Amino acid sequence: MSDFPFLLAMIAVPAVGAAVLAALPPSRQALARQLAMAVSLLVLLLAVLATVAFNTGGDRFQLTTSVTWIADFGVSFALGVDGIALVMLLLIGVLVPVVIGASWDERAAGNRSMRTYWAWLLLLESMMVGVFAATDVFLFYVFFEAMLIPMYFLIGSFGGPNRQYAAVKFFLYSLLGGLVMLASVIGLYVVSNSQLGEGTFAFDALRQLDIDPGVQKLLFLGFFVAFAIKAPLVPFHTWLPDAGAEAPVGSAVLLVGVLDKVGTFGFLRYCLPLFPDASRDLAPWVLVLAVVGILYAALVAMGQSDMKRLVSYTSIAHFGFIALGIFAFSTEAATGAVLYMVNHGIATGLLFLVVGMVITRSGSRQIRDHGGLAAKAPLLAGVFLLAGLASLALPGTNSFVSEFLVLIGSFPREPVFTVLATAGIVLAALYVLLMYQRVFHGPPRGVLVDAEPRPEATGGGSTAVLTAPAPARTSRVLDLSRRELAVVAPLVALVIGLGVYPQPLIDLIDPAVQATMSDVGVDPGGSAPEAPGGTD
Amino acid sequence: MGPITAPSLSYTALAPLLFVFGAAAVGVLVEAFAPRAVRHPVQVVLALVGTVGAFVATLLLAGTEEVTAGGALAVDGAALFLQGTIAVLGALSVLLFSERAVDPARSAFVAVAAVPAGSVRDRELATSTRVQTEVYPLASFAIGGMMLFTASNDLLIMFVALEVLSLPLYLLSGLARRRRLLSQEAAVKYFLLGAFASAFFLYGLALVYGATGSVRLSAIRDAAVTEGGDTLMVLGLALLVVGLMFKASVAPFHTWTPDVYQGAPTAVTAFMAAATKVAAFGAVLRLLYVAFGTADWTWRPLVYGLAIVSMLVGAVLGLTQTDLKRMLAYSSIAHAGFLLTGVIGLGPGDSGYGLAATMFYLLTYGLTTLGAFGLLTLVRDGDGEATHLSQWAGLAQRSPIVAALMAFFLLALAGIPLTSGFTGKFAVFRAAIEDGAWPLAVVALVASAIAAFFYLRVVVLMYFSPAAPDGPTVGVPGLPTTIVLAITAAATLVLGILPGAVLDLAESAAVLVG
Repeated sequence: MSDFPFLLAMIAVPAVGAAVLAALPPSRQALARQLAMAVSLLVLLLAVLATVAFNTGGDRFQLTTSVTWIADFGVSFALGVDGIALVMLLLIGVLVPVVIGASWDERAAGNRSMRTYWAWLLLLESMMVGVFAATDVFLFYVFFEAMLIPMYFLIGSFGGPNRQYAAVKFFLYSLLGGLVMLASVIGLYVVSNSQLGEGTFAFDALRQLDIDPGVQKLLFLGFFVAFAIKAPLVPFHTWLPDAGAEAPVGSAVLLVGVLDKVGTFGFLRYCLPLFPDASRDLAPWVLVLAVVGILYAALVAMGQSDMKRLVSYTSIAHFGFIALGIFAFSTEAATGAVLYMVNHGIATGLLFLVVGMVITRSGSRQIRDHGGLAAKAPLLAGVFLLAGLASLALPGTNSFVSEFLVLIGSFPREPVFTVLATAGIVLAALYVLLMYQRVFHGPPRGVLVDAEPRPEATGGGSTAVLTAPAPARTSRVLDLSRRELAVVAPLVALVIGLGVYPQPLIDLIDPAVQATMSDVGVDPGGSAPEAPGGTD
Repeated sequence: MGPITAPSLSYTALAPLLFVFGAAAVGVLVEAFAPRAVRHPVQVVLALVGTVGAFVATLLLAGTEEVTAGGALAVDGAALFLQGTIAVLGALSVLLFSERAVDPARSAFVAVAAVPAGSVRDRELATSTRVQTEVYPLASFAIGGMMLFTASNDLLIMFVALEVLSLPLYLLSGLARRRRLLSQEAAVKYFLLGAFASAFFLYGLALVYGATGSVRLSAIRDAAVTEGGDTLMVLGLALLVVGLMFKASVAPFHTWTPDVYQGAPTAVTAFMAAATKVAAFGAVLRLLYVAFGTADWTWRPLVYGLAIVSMLVGAVLGLTQTDLKRMLAYSSIAHAGFLLTGVIGLGPGDSGYGLAATMFYLLTYGLTTLGAFGLLTLVRDGDGEATHLSQWAGLAQRSPIVAALMAFFLLALAGIPLTSGFTGKFAVFRAAIEDGAWPLAVVALVASAIAAFFYLRVVVLMYFSPAAPDGPTVGVPGLPTTIVLAITAAATLVLGILPGAVLDLAESAAVLVG
């Protein structure tokens, strides 16, 4: 069973699915979405089976496949996962069907077709699996860059009114980061060539290199810039609010839920093990960026009037927490950071989805166009509130466990930064609850509850390419439909489930984190951290 | 004074050249004696036989390493690889020339080039379906000159080859059926500046001869080793490089490129952008590696600087272009800079990866550029090709296949992974970094990012913008253009995904004999 090439299948299945969807005639929308859903569920099944086949006490990388790809460059098509990559694959497996379900009834404007939208989504899924499963740095780079193309078309073809600008900005930022990383990738190859006598990109071989500290710093910076743009750390973050706001909701979920995690994943997988000295030397600077990001993004989020931009800024603050957990160099904090990556994908994904549902109903992304919705749509309000609370890491929700682990893990090593970061939690409560309060409570306001829609209230989503059939303005239809309930239900279950019982995930993550920490020279010590507070 | 003895010629080793020059010479006779009705098919077949024959000959000759024709020609791995590349690009260009389905007047070339632009006769000619066929022998001569250029082991032969390849190109540039004035301006500009560049080359040749007493590349190398670099030789090298960089459209010797690319018939532009680049870099590699590739003194600072200037000029000025042909011209200037990044990677004792990397890059760049220009011939309005950017808005909705192919070629030019452009860039950057030129590689990466912006802008226009109501029509290509597009697109994809075999070939062909 464990010989089955799960990872290869998880890359190939959605890619083939995308090709089939693209070849379908445009009129077969219903078939296309069923097919897309079936493919994405199959990938989820594969991810679950891969997790079952994964032995937490076994080798660092499991389920490996390796085929020589370009012999001249020493490149192999090498796949394999550690616990960190595996939980990201599970997250991908869960989010993609949810996202496809969320766009089930949407219509594309003009002569664009939803079939294309789903085909790009599946291709994106294939690339995302590849980026987490690659154990060859060259292969990782190829997926890292190739992943941009589906997302570029998703934003540019199906996004909001300002989609062209957002798509190009997203692409150029990521490409620039990627190219800087490419210089470092080639640099690593050259170092391996001189030390091993033969150039290689295999992660395990590169980890053994003994790189001169000065060179290490330069190579580290190449990788770091790429990942800091991806994960966005302040000041490399300005593309995310645009991309997050203009992307169609489903793509935005994948963008902040998974795509951006490649950045923090890259810190853990590549920056720390390959350049341990440079990581230790430069960590204070990274921590400054992380903490500045936490506070700055939280403050900016409070000032946003556009709900999708607001959620994007909250993500930037959360990425600050993840970076803090990684560069504090303690096993607990790093485990918390990995857990945070998963939980943030679930919580923020849910928040984006419900924000999207509000926008579908009103046609506006502006907070001021809404008010008093809770009376008309109690279920929607409830899910929104839960997503918001998960986002601000209320105990009992999944994010609490990870945020707590990050903070208690970082405090002994970096007390000042940790204390400053804690202020971010208070700000998070402010921006989430303010948005919730303005949209769902207070006097009824805005297009949904006015007798006549205000003409000026349409700024934002009205010229979006993707539209769902507008529900009639009665309270029954305003609330979540059954389909929407089915879409949010898995995420709601995960928010609560992982909040109460995160231990299985921690067990998966912990060995990989310990291996990473010993690479960077931190004594892993102790056993797996116990989940705080949750299990009692 | 004794009798002049003829140098011994190895006809086998010269077979690729003989094929092409033979086809060109016969083509001239066909032009003179064949009846008009059969001339076009005969000329096309002849030119194809010449180029494809030359390509097959280079394959059969693989592994040859010899110096022939009295030491004037070197037939080695690098020469054969580049000759093969030029032959393939030449054959594809001939196919583009022979396209008769796209232009309503059945050919992209003017029937009588000497008629003044704008005259009554000129307007008659624009719509007449008379097809002239002198483009084929001209192109064959140019291809032959290019192939000779990459094999010349002697500065004088190099100069002769330069002229043999240039003169037909000057003429070809002026043969556009539409927008005659632009085309004539392009021809005159190319000729005048090209003549200047030739003069520079000749002057450099004279100075190097003065310094070393020989025009043979190997003899120059020996002299450079024994005597070190004196002023005369440095000056001579600089002037030779100016002449070659002009042909390779490396900034700051690039000023002709946008105008000529824009004015020339698009099929000719495709030919120039792809094949001339290969030939010019073939000569650059041979001159720098064979004649001056010594450790004692070096051309590296010069090439280093030119690479940076060319990448930045190409990428930055490309941003401001509104015409696709001009944009691709600046792209070609930027790519010349990337190629020079590979040239830097000579390595100590010729051990570097630069030669193989540069040759591989030339192949990938040539094929992709040819495909991109081939697509430009399809999108037309009433006045010929619609090359203004705004006319391409919303093309994806009207013609998804053309838009998808164009997007693919542009992403390849931008160097996105899984396209040949990425493999090529990786190869040259690796060569440069291995040679310790990592600052140059970093500049190259920044330039790639800048250049990506203008490639992407076209993708944005085609896919994300609404179509203009009076937009251009997309012609249905005939068989020749379809073949060209299929081959170039397939090559761009395959060299991106499975480049192993061709990389091996380039590496095993990376041999220069002196």
